[in-house]
Amino acid sequence: MEKLTVKICSGTSCFVMGAAQIQALEFTPPEDIADKIEIIEVRCMNHCKDIDATHRRGPFVMVGDELVSEATYEKVVNKIREVLNKDCK
Amino acid sequence: MLIPKNNANQMRSLILIKIAESFLKDRFASADRIPLELRPKGEPHSRCCIYKDRAVLKYRAMAGMGISPDEETDEVTSLREYGEEALARKEKARSKLAVIDIACSACVKAQYMVTNACRGCFARPCQVNCPKGAISFVNGQAHIDPDKCVNCGKCHEVCPYHSIIRIPVPCEEACPVDAIKKDEFGVEHIDTEKCISCGKCLMSCPFGAIVERSQMIDVLKLIKDTDKKVVAMLAPAFVGQFPNDIANVVGALKKLGFADVVEVAVGADITTRKEAAEFVERMEEGANFMTTSCCPAYFRAAKVHIPEIEPFVSHTKTPMYYTAELLKQEQPDCVSVFVGPCLAKRVEAEYDPNVDYVLTFEEIGAMLVADGINIEECPAEEFHQISSAQGRQFPLSGGVAGAVASLVEGKADIRPEKIDGLSKENIKLLKRYATKGCDNNMLEVMCCEGGCIAGPGCIALAKKASRAVESYVAKGENLKDKE
Repeated sequence: MEKLTVKICSGTSCFVMGAAQIQALEFTPPEDIADKIEIIEVRCMNHCKDIDATHRRGPFVMVGDELVSEATYEKVVNKIREVLNKDCK
Repeated sequence: MLIPKNNANQMRSLILIKIAESFLKDRFASADRIPLELRPKGEPHSRCCIYKDRAVLKYRAMAGMGISPDEETDEVTSLREYGEEALARKEKARSKLAVIDIACSACVKAQYMVTNACRGCFARPCQVNCPKGAISFVNGQAHIDPDKCVNCGKCHEVCPYHSIIRIPVPCEEACPVDAIKKDEFGVEHIDTEKCISCGKCLMSCPFGAIVERSQMIDVLKLIKDTDKKVVAMLAPAFVGQFPNDIANVVGALKKLGFADVVEVAVGADITTRKEAAEFVERMEEGANFMTTSCCPAYFRAAKVHIPEIEPFVSHTKTPMYYTAELLKQEQPDCVSVFVGPCLAKRVEAEYDPNVDYVLTFEEIGAMLVADGINIEECPAEEFHQISSAQGRQFPLSGGVAGAVASLVEGKADIRPEKIDGLSKENIKLLKRYATKGCDNNMLEVMCCEGGCIAGPGCIALAKKASRAVESYVAKGENLKDKE
């Protein structure tokens, strides 16, 4: 099965606001999702410059095609589970 | 397990960003919006209501401006007014940890409690093993008499159903020197005489009730509103704390307004040389062992709480001291700002005339974000003076002792031991070593478990940061070859 890509923004703003901590997924991801995801550190995806304010603020993480804003470790893990479950159906 | 920062810690970064933004935007004219922007209407709240969340945020923001919440004299004073006060002050904000009384949840006193998992079994090991006869059975379940219980934990250990839990007070549990205690209302207070400024309470409080006065505004004022030459001294732990290459980080700091950026690892090289020489000398004099001295929290703990170990503490100065000394010799008119992972360094700086300000990586990160600087887009700039592998490994547990040992080799017998983290147990261990002697003769003491890369002012994950530091160490020249 193809792995689900999780892109963690490492632009300065996202990194300082908490993306640095979400990188914990690289080391100790929850067991149920561990071998189903691939973590990629990406450069600024420019969501923070999106002035139409649909996306509020960083850190930004892309789980597959879905954007998580104001991301936290917990939020990203939940989103990963949600996307994985959807794909199974 | 690797535990990422929690909401309380993450909120601290956001508050600092908001404060720096408010400074840059209009010098705090609209600072009163900060708590509202962080907890807007309609968003979920985490305390009793959104208003309490905002009230606590106001106190946390005050600390970010360098004003301790316990300095409040009138509750009506607004953040804008506190901002004006911060802008007007001539003296920098002095280091101080404090508890926001309204945010302190006054956790119940640490205790053992029987849960519903108790089956009221026939064996009743809890009752049999309790040395104080504090356990009786009520309605078929164990019950602990709080007047008799001495919190020994025997019942908790022996229960076959794990039905007896320990409820700790996180800050008291984290404080290695018993400096934080409850008042008669259950609210925690910090005893400044006992406090070693390690920041463990601040990191552990689940309510974000413990704050520290920041000097961020003092430095922002200097770099944005004066033409003073402000120089950043980056602690060796900075490697891995920011995204992109080290050279870009240096470029970003210059863009932010620092006139120059120097590496404290250069001072750490000097510490390594001097400490190695001191070690050889002490061993020749017949000393049982020597301990490192570059961790300011340990240095203070030795002074106040472990006086028996003081004679064994190295007299060599810290990397910050030597770096600042060099800097002030070269550029006597500059303002020096130490940037590191450490809160206790602020206290050390108060005794060091060459260090003017101390910021954390988190504060520098907040300043960069607020100023819209993306490190990746900044020009690469090199340090003028390049550090060696020895100085670069200081922020890792085992690094300082390893660096010193590499220079002692062949001159004396060195048996290093690392005290990784200044816990209550390790303080007892150090006391024992001081009075009863130690098998090893070079003790490296680091207050933060894992080393400075796990300090309270860090942004990155300790594990990731230690990899970055290791690879930077590998690229460094050996100090031995430079001699």
